[in-house]
Amino acid sequence: MTLLTTAMLTRRYTGLVAVDAVDLRVPVGGVHAVIGPNGAGKTTLFNLISGLVVPTSGTISFDGRNITRLPPYRRAALGIGRTFQNIRIFSEMSVLENVLTGLHAKLHVGLAGVACRLPAFHAEERHAVGAARAALSLVGLSDRADRQAQSLAYGDQRRLEIARAMAQSPRLLLLDEPAAGMNPAETAALAALVRRIADGGTTVLLVEHDMGFVMSLCDSITVLNFGRKIFEGAPSAVRAEPAVVEAYLGARLAAKLRANHG
Amino acid sequence: MTIPPWLDDFLWTYGNLINALGVNGLLALSMYVVLSVGQLSLGQAAFMGLGAYSSALMTLQLKLPFFVVLPASCLLPVAFALAIGIPTLRLSGVYLAIATIGLGEVLRAVYLNLDMVGGALGLNGIPEKAQTWMIFSLLIVAVAGLWLVARSRIGRAMEAMREDTTAAAVMGINVGRYQLGALVTSAVLAGIAGCLSAHQSSFIGPNEYGFEPAVTILSFALLGGIGTPIAPVIGAWILTLLPEMLRGFSDLRLVFNGLIIVGAVLFLPRGLIGWRMRRRGA
Repeated sequence: MTLLTTAMLTRRYTGLVAVDAVDLRVPVGGVHAVIGPNGAGKTTLFNLISGLVVPTSGTISFDGRNITRLPPYRRAALGIGRTFQNIRIFSEMSVLENVLTGLHAKLHVGLAGVACRLPAFHAEERHAVGAARAALSLVGLSDRADRQAQSLAYGDQRRLEIARAMAQSPRLLLLDEPAAGMNPAETAALAALVRRIADGGTTVLLVEHDMGFVMSLCDSITVLNFGRKIFEGAPSAVRAEPAVVEAYLGARLAAKLRANHG
Repeated sequence: MTIPPWLDDFLWTYGNLINALGVNGLLALSMYVVLSVGQLSLGQAAFMGLGAYSSALMTLQLKLPFFVVLPASCLLPVAFALAIGIPTLRLSGVYLAIATIGLGEVLRAVYLNLDMVGGALGLNGIPEKAQTWMIFSLLIVAVAGLWLVARSRIGRAMEAMREDTTAAAVMGINVGRYQLGALVTSAVLAGIAGCLSAHQSSFIGPNEYGFEPAVTILSFALLGGIGTPIAPVIGAWILTLLPEMLRGFSDLRLVFNGLIIVGAVLFLPRGLIGWRMRRRGA
């Protein structure tokens, strides 16, 4: 079963093809990675999937439905959650309010119900606070629920962003360089968290430069270089693929390495 | 019920000022609504003018009763808010601010040149139908309504958009709809404030709704802050009372407003009342 499919997905900027005819298939379940050298088009691909960037051509389907032209908020409601490479939490809100904001699309009491404080409003808010606390407990931030978000340590801000995305109960969670700036202990804890999320039934697609993290955690890997897909397969197969080694090291160094290893 | 003589004297002397506090409070709220979704509009005075002129004409020409005129006074401001908001809110940045400055200046030229609205002389003899109790009841209802809305998913969405529009969209928030909703709400509040002020001062003129009053309304919210709906109202009250206390310097009134905006931006980025309410209702 395929959850997300992109077909010939292309995004052109003046003088640059950031994403070039990429066919991506993300199956239901598991952890999948998109890797590639800097500037390979990984973040643009994520922006295309979450709707922040409109494709020049090609299509995106999610759960069998064509979402190519849907605005970001509709995609979020369909079950695509994400985090950002440069953390984008709502820094003036409390930690809990950040996560409550992630629940936005799941709350339905309208303006009249809110202004009149109907019983349905109170019930929904109570339910939302419960769900938000559950998301905080998933990432281990329960004891910091009432802190102002920007007062959190860097690693905690990253985890808050994951909790906020998980509050949406996404079917697909996009993590853009989740381990960036983390020390080995934090990275290990993050890997365990991502595994827990995947075991809970959320499909994870992540962009990451930490190869140890990617190799140990992911079920499949897609490699981009200059906007093009150059490889797709299991982590064990990536290392053996000459095109991937060349993309990272350059053709000459890759050939030398091959010669040395016989 | 008889009013004691000292209260009668007080109201006789300060009635207009008290009414101005209420009207300016409503204007400050109309600014608050737009700022709290992260947009900048300089059209609050223009919306107010539309409410004032349309309501004055409804009273003077059509002889409609005030309880019809008051709600109807927000129709024209809302129509203009939609006409300006739909094309400009899709663009990020200062487009709304520029378009709303333009609206104010265009409308001023229209008032000046249209005989039906009295041209440069404005409209005179508008019956004083706006009572102090009406003004303050509406102000209280508006503050309470905005307060309740702020403490809900709608308030969280508004604050999320103000902090980071992109992240808000990814949270499933229909950013465009909320921005337009905020602009329309602000047009309603400003239109009603315009109607109330026209029906308590008996005279309106084209220069009351130009760029200067627009900046004054902005300074209400900048001085008070936008952490809670009461903050901009207090900002408006301070800026309304200040010129009365500095009567001798009345020509310098705008200088003071300018200094307050600069001072607030430099030293009080959250306004005088920087306290921010919790954004949840449970």
